[in-house]
Amino acid sequence: MSKVLVVVETDGTTIKNASLPGVTAGAELAKHTGGELHLLVVGSGVGDAANAVGAAGFGAAGVHVADHAELAPFTTEAWTDTVVAAAKALGATALGGTATSTLRDVIPRAAALLDAPLAAEITGVKGNNTFSREMSAGRALADFTLSGSVVCFTARASDFAPAAAGGAAPVSAVDAGTPNKRGAEVVGIETTQSARPALTEASVVVAGGRGMGSGENFAPLETLTDLLGGALGASRAATDAGMVPADLQVGQTGKVVAPELYFAVAISGAIQHLAGMKGSKTIVAINKDPEAPIFQVADYGLVAKWEDTLPQLIEMVKAKKSS
Amino acid sequence: MTVKRIPDPDASVKFADGAIDTSSTKWVPNEFDQYAVETALRLAEDAKSKKRHAEIVVCSVCPAAQRQHITTFLAMGADRGVVVDADDTALDSQAVAKLIAGVFKKEGADLLVCGKLSQDSEGNEVGQRVAGLLDLPIASFAGGVTWDQGNSAMVVSREVDDGVETKKVPLPSVLTCDLRVVLPSSVKNGITPDDYTYNEGPRLASLRGITMAKRKKVEQLKPADLGVEAGSAVNNNAVTPPPARAAGQIVESVEQLVEKLASEAKVL
Ligand SMILES: Cc1cc2nc3c(=O)[nH]c(=O)nc-3n(C[C@H](O)[C@H](O)[C@H](O)COP(=O)(O)OP(=O)(O)OC[C@H]3O[C@@H](n4cnc5c(N)ncnc54)[C@H](O)[C@@H]3O)c2cc1C
Ligand SMILES: Nc1ncnc2c1ncn2[C@@H]1O[C@H](COP(=O)(O)O)[C@@H](O)[C@H]1O
Repeated sequence: MSKVLVVVETDGTTIKNASLPGVTAGAELAKHTGGELHLLVVGSGVGDAANAVGAAGFGAAGVHVADHAELAPFTTEAWTDTVVAAAKALGATALGGTATSTLRDVIPRAAALLDAPLAAEITGVKGNNTFSREMSAGRALADFTLSGSVVCFTARASDFAPAAAGGAAPVSAVDAGTPNKRGAEVVGIETTQSARPALTEASVVVAGGRGMGSGENFAPLETLTDLLGGALGASRAATDAGMVPADLQVGQTGKVVAPELYFAVAISGAIQHLAGMKGSKTIVAINKDPEAPIFQVADYGLVAKWEDTLPQLIEMVKAKKSS
Repeated sequence: MTVKRIPDPDASVKFADGAIDTSSTKWVPNEFDQYAVETALRLAEDAKSKKRHAEIVVCSVCPAAQRQHITTFLAMGADRGVVVDADDTALDSQAVAKLIAGVFKKEGADLLVCGKLSQDSEGNEVGQRVAGLLDLPIASFAGGVTWDQGNSAMVVSREVDDGVETKKVPLPSVLTCDLRVVLPSSVKNGITPDDYTYNEGPRLASLRGITMAKRKKVEQLKPADLGVEAGSAVNNNAVTPPPARAAGQIVESVEQLVEKLASEAKVL
């Protein structure tokens, strides 16, 4: 029987929201292959978190815990040793999870060790080991099938609904193998602190580009973001210029988002940017250049300078919210 | 360091018979590999005296007759090339990774610098796979690199989902390059003064570089020379253009925008 093993990340207490779309993708694959969904919790001192995952179940036949001191902080070297050992011990026929920066590091390395093909950043599960994904900055859609005794996948968060809790699943320990960092050492982690929802989970994203001019000028965008309870995003040009942190970049090389509402302010709309946001339900573009390509994907375009529009927009949204 | 040829990303994508039509494609080097060669050059050189402290070998898996992208990198300053003669479009990433791992071992190299992503196929996997196959540590998604010469290690700022992680990896090891590795002060090698600022982006080849490139050695290997049987476990059923977004409208004022967002799109 086929067995789909999904690696989930935890925050010390329970599953991270970012892992939930990957669980959904795994469940769909299990359905198509007539197999079982299994979840793998990896880390150090993750017993409680694994129990919480087990209690929520998510439709899994089992939750497996690989607990080892060498597994924290995260390194792909040690994690991959464990993920591969667990995949072998459990007889997994598919291995994957959400395409987070963690699993985009781990799953390809694991695939190499398992001599397996990888379906990277899938946008859909079409059948037995058959998937869809985008290529060339969203300008081509591939429908493809992987062959082999084990196949791997990472799932694009914007294309799979977060998995919902269900009946409890049994939790058991799995042999973590002998995880080894191979001399690698995590010297520090600088987390971007924000009270806002994560970019990939927000229902509204307000993004600014090079035309904002400076980091200070992002202030009205932040006001609008908070009024709408959204997340702040940016183009590469704005992040490269240091106006906002790099992890706010939306696009082929940044985050792929598909909120209900996306504001692109002073962003030209290069294909690499569009690749990260054209799945949004409603797109608003504010740009002073009527020829800017962003207007080709925008549902509502306003040809104007942000200086002349954002203050009024903020006031009107405020009024709408309080009425 | 590695380079992949890709169809010119500024040209439109053509389709024929449920596949991408590459019959009239202009092949260019993958942008992330331009960042990789710039990173390798900044690591290997003394920017002031132009002296080199390491040799840079460019490796590509591609048909030997179509290796112009290697020549571009030789013209930028890489020392020599290795081409593994195979039709890369018919290989999966595991095969490509095995071939690159084979070249790395054969060369006895100390560091592999890859791009983070192929702009065309967007696997984001080859560097990670090679590190796995060679059992080496890796720092993927590098936005900044400092060569700690004393400890023979690379200290790398990695761009992760919620911030920046600093990871130290001993040599030999693998790096994959992200966008911000080509900002003016992103790479430090302990030889070029730390306060030196480069021009942003990958360097252009000089005229002299272009002339010299023609004389640089490019070794040609077959997959069999590396003991690799190259195939693919990925079968494309169909590659098609994505559905277009429905045409939008230009609004005349902020009032109209807010009104439409509220009553038409119902998102306010
Ligand atoms: C390999 C690679 C990967 C890339 N990945 C990404 C990615 O993931 N994400 C991404 O975003 N980009 C990416 N890029 C970069 C991309 O090609 C563009 O360069 C970038 O998106 C441009 O950012 P921008 O629109 O902010 O800047 P610009 O293209 O400079 O546009 C600025 C816009 O602001 C408008 N403007 C100026 N002043 C005002 C004003 N006062 N009011 C209103 N409008 C104003 C201008 O009309 C213009 O349209 C990538 C590029 C490469 C080569
Ligand atoms: N055919 C190839 N030849 C040489 N290097 C490659 C090839 N394919 C991929 N790479 C390298 O692997 C990186 C990541 O590619 P990918 O995993 O395909 O997104 C690229 O930026 C290249 O540096």
